[in-house]
Amino acid sequence: MSRTYASYAHPWWQRLLVNREVAVLALLVAVVIWAVGNVVYFGTTLTMTYLLLDTAPVLFIALPMTMVIVTGEIDLSVASVVGLSSVIVGVLYRAGVPIGVAALVALVVGLLCGALNGYLVAYVGLPSLAVTIGTLALFRGLAVGLLGTTAVTSFPKEWTDLATAQIGTTGIPLIMVPFVLLAVVLALVLHFSPFGRGIYDIGLSPEAADFSGVNVARTKFVLFLLTGVVSAFAGIYYTFRFGSARGDNATGLELQVIAAVLLGGVSIFGGRGRLLGVIAGVLLIGAISSALRLLGVTVNVINIIIGALLVASVLTTNVLPWASSLTARLRRPGTRPQQAPSGVGSSKR
Amino acid sequence: MKVHFRRTGTLMAAAVIGTLGLTACGNATDNATSGGGGGATSAATKLTVTFIPKNLGNPYFDTSDAGGKKAIGEFGGTYSEVGPQQASPDAQVQYINTAAQQRTSALVVSSNDPKAICDALNQARKAGTKVVTFDSDADPTCRDVFVNQATTEGIAKIQVDLVTKAIGDSGEIAILSASANATNQNAWIDLMKSQLQSSHPNVKLVDVVYGNDDDQTSFDKTAALLQSHPNLKGIVSPTTVGVAAAARYLSTSDKKGKVYLTGLGTPNQMRQYVKDGTVKEFALWNPSDLGYLAAYAAKAVVDGTITGKEGDKFTAGTLKEYTVGKNGTVVLGDPFVFTAENIDQFKF
Repeated sequence: MSRTYASYAHPWWQRLLVNREVAVLALLVAVVIWAVGNVVYFGTTLTMTYLLLDTAPVLFIALPMTMVIVTGEIDLSVASVVGLSSVIVGVLYRAGVPIGVAALVALVVGLLCGALNGYLVAYVGLPSLAVTIGTLALFRGLAVGLLGTTAVTSFPKEWTDLATAQIGTTGIPLIMVPFVLLAVVLALVLHFSPFGRGIYDIGLSPEAADFSGVNVARTKFVLFLLTGVVSAFAGIYYTFRFGSARGDNATGLELQVIAAVLLGGVSIFGGRGRLLGVIAGVLLIGAISSALRLLGVTVNVINIIIGALLVASVLTTNVLPWASSLTARLRRPGTRPQQAPSGVGSSKR
Repeated sequence: MKVHFRRTGTLMAAAVIGTLGLTACGNATDNATSGGGGGATSAATKLTVTFIPKNLGNPYFDTSDAGGKKAIGEFGGTYSEVGPQQASPDAQVQYINTAAQQRTSALVVSSNDPKAICDALNQARKAGTKVVTFDSDADPTCRDVFVNQATTEGIAKIQVDLVTKAIGDSGEIAILSASANATNQNAWIDLMKSQLQSSHPNVKLVDVVYGNDDDQTSFDKTAALLQSHPNLKGIVSPTTVGVAAAARYLSTSDKKGKVYLTGLGTPNQMRQYVKDGTVKEFALWNPSDLGYLAAYAAKAVVDGTITGKEGDKFTAGTLKEYTVGKNGTVVLGDPFVFTAENIDQFKF
């Protein structure tokens, strides 16, 4: 609490402009401007289209993942839910179920996956790290078990075209419409509702949150439901985007999501972070790898650069607050003695 | 009081950050559309060929792409190799998209999923890039030519030839396959059976067992084979995992040198067993030649020498002349036989 209190000691404009979210956003803008000027072919609409199409699953899942991590929990099973929902769409469609119904069933399965995670974490009280490592294997196992090593690929063209469709000729993929809607709704929930305040309170101190009337278990349960269903949606998108339902679809995606969330300034310990920073974080990683790919940098080097960036960002998440509280103390050396019990500072005068 | 203040602060922060976000997006789009004309000129003149293997850091593809590089050096093009770290189709799509944006003359791709990379390949083709697949084909509608390492017939025949020759064309043999429903292996085994029946009447196939492409299972199945068939003279394992596990078992058993083992293997896995005499010969294609041929096929498609139509002919450097077959497929040729003499030339 003392950190939060100290941050309010800064003038308002400083709080607005000197914070983590703006820093990530500024870095994103800087990278884009640099790349447009220096990377051949980066400054085309196509780059943005591909960037958004490629990062869409990460963008989607990062939203509820942020909320889960803010409560101090984590969901590692998201990529497996993507794989499972993809396989379910494929298996049902192959069996003759209309594609819309198949997609709905996949969403329900995603919801059930989230419910299992949420029940074990929120009501049984198990650590989410352990639970979701387990369900990561469980859901992936189900996915691969259902479809084996084969793939379902004969999806109707309307649906696969829809996944890569653009808004008019803007180059902005259509998938950004549901994303922006979801982002706005979740931002309102997280940052401007009592439920959202409760999420931060849980992350700062579950006991204190409980005593101040936050329904900790229900909040966590709802958030895991949300990651489940959003991951399933991402899985459906993934299936149509690539026109291929496979058990190993999106393997490892959970790490991309969590990396972006942490880069966006969310504290892995909970209680801190904003959706805007996370969205900027996802796009930053996407823009950097896109620019480096265009420069012909190999994947290993790209991973090294993004890894280093991530380590640096986690460092700053922890070092910056400490540094800012230090400067706050140094800039107003008189504050403490004045508030201290009488006589401590003035007796020598 | 405090709560009230905090909430106003949050609202204001959100409002300003929101505007920032909007302007940032606006900038990005503006830049994106306006900068488009600038860079389109540099790549068009020289023949550029980009190899996209299933994944990087894979010795097999290191070898094949080195073959491609050699070919591209011979005809004076620009070689590059990009690809994902893990063999996943979604990561491969990103590299295909990138190459298309760079207006690469030709892509040489080993696909991680025949369908999933299809759209990306077709988009690249729409932008003028020619697409050659090698090693692992994509859907025929999304590439110009597929360079196939070997035919089903060729692979079945070389293994039958190797084993029958070694055991003097008579006696019991067995097959150690991958899983019971492995498509490739089953196709080869069916052909091997019919070839044995028609041309090698004295060779008796006594058993087909399945190691599921698992090292330990294949090892155990080899042990079981040797116990249940004491007169066994040969084992054929048409899978790299199986043949290596069988060789490992044989190398320490008293059947070493008495039971002839062959199959499809990679030099790195088999080197030790060829050197200690457990295995005399095994087969696979030569990935270096495969990459070399794919690069020349890419050049031929870019030049317009071939279009992927059956009967089209082109010359592939030192590999001489090739003809495009059915479905736009070019076959490298007969599988390559690795022996103690030549195995050290191969590092995959």
